[in-house]
Amino acid sequence: MSPQEFLRRHEADWTALERALAAATPADAQALPARYRQACQHLALARERHYPPALVDRLNRLVVQAHHHLYRMPPPRAGAVARFLLRDFPALVRAHAGLFWLAALCFYGAFAAIALAVWWQPSLVYSVLDASQVREFEAMYDPARRHLGSTRDDAGDFLMFGYYVQHNIGIGFQTFAGGMLGGIGSLVILLFNGLTLGAVAGHLTRVGFHDTFWSFVCGHGAFELTAIVLAGMAGLMLGRALVAPGRLTRGEALRQQARPAVRIIYGAALLLVLAALVEAFWSSSQAVPPALKYAVAALLWGAVALYFLRAGRSAEAADAPR
Amino acid sequence: MLDSTHSVATPEGVDLTLVPAGVLPRATAFLIDLLLRGVILVVAASAIGVLGHVGIGLFLLLLFLVEWFYPVLFEVLGGGATPGKRSVGLQVVEVDGRPVGLAASVIRNLLRAADFLPLLFGLGLVSMLFSPRFQRLGDLAAGTLVVWTPERLRTVDLPPAPAQAPPSPLRLAEQKALIAFAERSQRLAPARQVELAELLEPLTLARGDLAVTRLRGMARWLAGER
Repeated sequence: MSPQEFLRRHEADWTALERALAAATPADAQALPARYRQACQHLALARERHYPPALVDRLNRLVVQAHHHLYRMPPPRAGAVARFLLRDFPALVRAHAGLFWLAALCFYGAFAAIALAVWWQPSLVYSVLDASQVREFEAMYDPARRHLGSTRDDAGDFLMFGYYVQHNIGIGFQTFAGGMLGGIGSLVILLFNGLTLGAVAGHLTRVGFHDTFWSFVCGHGAFELTAIVLAGMAGLMLGRALVAPGRLTRGEALRQQARPAVRIIYGAALLLVLAALVEAFWSSSQAVPPALKYAVAALLWGAVALYFLRAGRSAEAADAPR
Repeated sequence: MLDSTHSVATPEGVDLTLVPAGVLPRATAFLIDLLLRGVILVVAASAIGVLGHVGIGLFLLLLFLVEWFYPVLFEVLGGGATPGKRSVGLQVVEVDGRPVGLAASVIRNLLRAADFLPLLFGLGLVSMLFSPRFQRLGDLAAGTLVVWTPERLRTVDLPPAPAQAPPSPLRLAEQKALIAFAERSQRLAPARQVELAELLEPLTLARGDLAVTRLRGMARWLAGER
């Protein structure tokens, strides 16, 4: 069959497929799958018979468009978010617990080491922070302030909420992206944040601002510090895929690990929004006595630990093959 | 033939041909998006500036969303293309040719931070140049491609010449090579056109300018002109 004859016989089918793609009427839309399979067959024939490139390209274009239309991702199922929060997210963290503890060791290890060092030898704080930063942190946690945690007394709580979301979640995402450098970027960001926070903690405890500082950070820290460690853990999942891909190619290992890793990032980002709420509207308030803040903080840390240790276990057990 | 197309096998048993886009069109699309994001932020800043501290808080939230989720929003809901990509004629697809999903879009856009390192998309550029499908690091992890949209792949006009049939049947790759020659010949110096055309003397049975004209004529015939 000549290309002209082929075109003459089937052109009407292809314009029908174009109409189905535009979905002018419900009948057109229903015709899409059948029209698409027909166009696939025509494309295969046109290639096999070495028809002119313009004809082959036209059919390829049409088939690509229809394929794009037909194989869309299904919309998320109802209850997907609840299922993720109540079950999949904590289960995912438990499944990769080793990397969680590695990230936690990096962050809290750096934090504890430098905090103790500064407490023991106060001048060491200047090895991590410069003098103006130290003065700024002292001003932020001066017990004489009405608002804690920022140098501007007049800054509204909502402004600080916006700032915490923009700044902290940004750091969380960067910690994740650092995993693409073989995990080293994530580790460096974890260490750096642990060192900075630890130096501030050691220094402020030493100069006697411990009540304002610890009562400020302890509450939202339950969410914020956990989320930063989780972001580091997600980055380390990417890093491990690149450094030790096992039996897969590096590219394949990376693609396989990126899907669960980004789900951990969803959870970490939610935790950081929670942290920003607590930090802006609760931690910064001087009206709440420190003792109450410590009590609430103990509750929050307990809730976070319980959530990651227990949530979704019964559902997992029910699903497990016997 | 040396080209950068990407083939996807479909369940229907045909291979789809996708054409990944290179660095320059993607950079153009990025700059257009950057400009648009700037405009959004400036407009928002002047609109909510009157709200005082609450306004600044809202602005910071918007800054966060625009910085990280502007591309995700358009890629997932807008057919795989941000306004910048749409204007250049690009779209993001999964490597198997399907429209990009939420997870893949979030992965590639969060990992943009890694592509940006150490300076102005240095790693992203290296990754795109070394990957056969022009994928930056975020694309590699998400399993996505940035391809030319089908609409943008229509063939360009061929230079004028009397259409004529090749003396013997040609394979598809050979036909494509002839058409590609005709499409690009006007951008070559005349002497170079002749030099290339004379390589096919067995086909054209001519030398010099006549060889070029005959090749163009065959290209027009292959492209469907009679």
